[in-house]
Amino acid sequence: MSEIGSFSLLLALALSAYSLLAGIAALTYVGPQAERLGETARRAGIATFAAVLMAALVLVTAAFSDDFSIAYIFHHSNRDLSAPYKFATLWSGQEGSLLFWSLLLAGYGLVLRLRHKTDQRLFAYASVIIAAVQLFFLLLLNFAAHPFAVVEGQLAADGNGLNPLLQYPEMVIHPPMLYLGYVGFTVPFAFALSALIMRYPGEKWIHITRRWTMVTWGFLTIGIFLGAHWAYSVLGWGGYWGWDPVENASLMPWLTGTAFLHSVMMQEKRGMLKIWNMWLIFTTFMLCILGTLLTRSGIISSVHAFAQSSIGSWFAWFLAFTLAVCVGFFVVNKRHLESEHRLESLVSRESSFVFNNLLFVLACFTVLWGTWFPKLSEWVENTKVTVGPPFYNSVAVPVALLLLLLTAVGPLLAWRKTSLESLKRNFLWPSLGAFAVGVVMIVFGVRPWGQISYFYSFVAALLAALVIFTVLSEFVRGGRVIAGHTGQNLWLSMVQLWHRNTRRYGGYVVHFGVALVMIGILGTPFNQEAEKELGYGDKLNIGKYTLVCRSYTQDDKPNYSSEWAVIDVYQRDQLAGAPLETMYPERRFYKASQQSQTLPQIRPHFTNPLVVTDLYLVYEGINQDTGRPIIKAHLNPMVSSIWLGLLVMIFGTVIALVPNASAVRAIAPARVEAVPLGAGD
Amino acid sequence: MSFKLRRSSQVALLSFAILASMGAGDEESRFQSLGHEMMCICGCGQILLECNHVGCRYSDRMRSELVAGLDRGENDQLILQAFVQKYGTTVIAAPTRTGFNRLAWIMPFLALILGLVTSALIIRAWKERAAPAASARAGPSLTQNELDDFRRQAREETKL
Repeated sequence: MSEIGSFSLLLALALSAYSLLAGIAALTYVGPQAERLGETARRAGIATFAAVLMAALVLVTAAFSDDFSIAYIFHHSNRDLSAPYKFATLWSGQEGSLLFWSLLLAGYGLVLRLRHKTDQRLFAYASVIIAAVQLFFLLLLNFAAHPFAVVEGQLAADGNGLNPLLQYPEMVIHPPMLYLGYVGFTVPFAFALSALIMRYPGEKWIHITRRWTMVTWGFLTIGIFLGAHWAYSVLGWGGYWGWDPVENASLMPWLTGTAFLHSVMMQEKRGMLKIWNMWLIFTTFMLCILGTLLTRSGIISSVHAFAQSSIGSWFAWFLAFTLAVCVGFFVVNKRHLESEHRLESLVSRESSFVFNNLLFVLACFTVLWGTWFPKLSEWVENTKVTVGPPFYNSVAVPVALLLLLLTAVGPLLAWRKTSLESLKRNFLWPSLGAFAVGVVMIVFGVRPWGQISYFYSFVAALLAALVIFTVLSEFVRGGRVIAGHTGQNLWLSMVQLWHRNTRRYGGYVVHFGVALVMIGILGTPFNQEAEKELGYGDKLNIGKYTLVCRSYTQDDKPNYSSEWAVIDVYQRDQLAGAPLETMYPERRFYKASQQSQTLPQIRPHFTNPLVVTDLYLVYEGINQDTGRPIIKAHLNPMVSSIWLGLLVMIFGTVIALVPNASAVRAIAPARVEAVPLGAGD
Repeated sequence: MSFKLRRSSQVALLSFAILASMGAGDEESRFQSLGHEMMCICGCGQILLECNHVGCRYSDRMRSELVAGLDRGENDQLILQAFVQKYGTTVIAAPTRTGFNRLAWIMPFLALILGLVTSALIIRAWKERAAPAASARAGPSLTQNELDDFRRQAREETKL
């Protein structure tokens, strides 16, 4: 079986090399054969997908058939692994994940090449660039990280098994989502570089890549949040984001990608920021590669850099080559990107986008700086330092608050110019709403003057409320206008409003989701935790709850054995009567890998009418000295809001992708002239 | 800068400093604060008070040492210094604010200031460039008053 896989990879390598070389030849030489040559390059690109798919299928089949003659399967699977995790073996290790990356890239390339009639020459250039990236990954797979390497000597009866941390349902979804995001940014990068190389006239390439970028951004967002949710649900430390270099690696392209999604509107609407946008998308792609370099090279130490090897140098060279190509073509063709930047007013959507981009890029720089500083310190001073959460929380929080402020203010500013009168009118109700939220928080006991973290949380809550009220007021105001003209009810009018400009209102929904995420994050300073050895009938108090240990029990399954605690949850010191609920935090021992893993149990509770708090229980295991089990409890307020915010962000992204309906005829003439007052994206 | 503005800034700064320093001092909050300024060195990459590995050979011991330091009445600096001497510089969860490490803290804020200044200059340049072009486009037949009338009309018609 490994021979079929190896052959498929070699075939894919040859096809992608042909697609690249023939593509370049077809674009370079003008002649009767150029078009046919270009067509063969396109078809070779399509065939690359088939070959890589075959290799991936072979690897998955090998996992399902327990073919431990393949070293990769031996190291990352075992006989008793359940079917979804056997499938996930494909991306669980270094070689497989590179194959998966290559497969996704080939898949994106396939879609691009099938849609080539949109603009044949632009797509031909983009196809060549994707073939070049594909070639790099296939070289890596064939010569540096071969997934079909065979085990030498006698075969083992069973494999080493999958890392226990990865045996969780979300790990079947999280890596594909993240990779779809990482890999997907190759497409807008390819289009941007193509447009630069061929001095593409106008902004059509932006329109073509807009959906690609939004879809890719959506996948990356889902991937990052699923990773955070996995950390929260599996790692058992009660948090969801640890500012680990691998987490940072995924956040950086997300930040620049988000900046691009905003600034690209400046180019579409006003023809501005052409150079900036070009470099934003170049940077985003290079940050994806840098992230892969960080994850796999071992340059920066990280808890969950899941694979480390010498392939880091391959990525470093590829990164340097990509940068050289981008700089080279930029220097040659930069005159093509020159544009007339004009601004009629400082108080305008354009200004807000400039500052929004500044803050996103600054946030990215901060994360990059913090991630690389330990290495820098080692080079300069020969001293190792840690750059952990206290650094990021001090530096990134003010930037995040400024961004949240712009999220609230930006949508209320019109393109070109916003009058003071409209500014006052638009801000009145959202500001009053945010003020009311602040008052309610103080009434419910929040004291922003207690600690600096409480102060930050309070400000973040006010700004999140301002964002939410801004979004709601935009929907209500626009809905009322349509309702006034059509006689429909407000809800239908708001749906119609969204359908008239899906990107704008989808974007507002995403902003709403971001505000919910921020509300979830700002609960962190109010977290509580308690830890105790709990024998039968012992109690542990935390917040408003008393936890009573009822029992411990065990189970044995083919892949793992487990033990878990049975904990009754009561209102604090009210132990008479039935418990509020019973929780079962678990600890597993995986037989193949001989590793143990906690599985916390999390239950959300309303601790007051406005606050949902997670009761988070971890069965930490047995204290070897006393022989008694240890239970750790956390109370994490508002964390559920983060996951709710993600759902809202996904919903917003999806509705932003829906094509616009034609304008309502009845009010169309008036809308045409209404540019300065909040129209447009 | 006017007297009122200067005085307001001073009051704001003072209030902020008071806000930031309030609540510090009691032993439990010092334990929490110091425990979150240090890393567990077992290799888990987690903050000391968040390391939850059963059988971790370091976190329990480190927590006990932290409690002992607090019981001895040592100040925060002394406790951190003792940990650095015993476990190395990587035990501190963030770079110190001395020597080369100061750069870690300065750079993001320096970048913010530079970015803000650059953006403000760019926006001002765009604004200055726009003024003559806008009047040229408007032409002699379209005065500012007329433009204002059109804007007002648009507002009324759209109720926006």
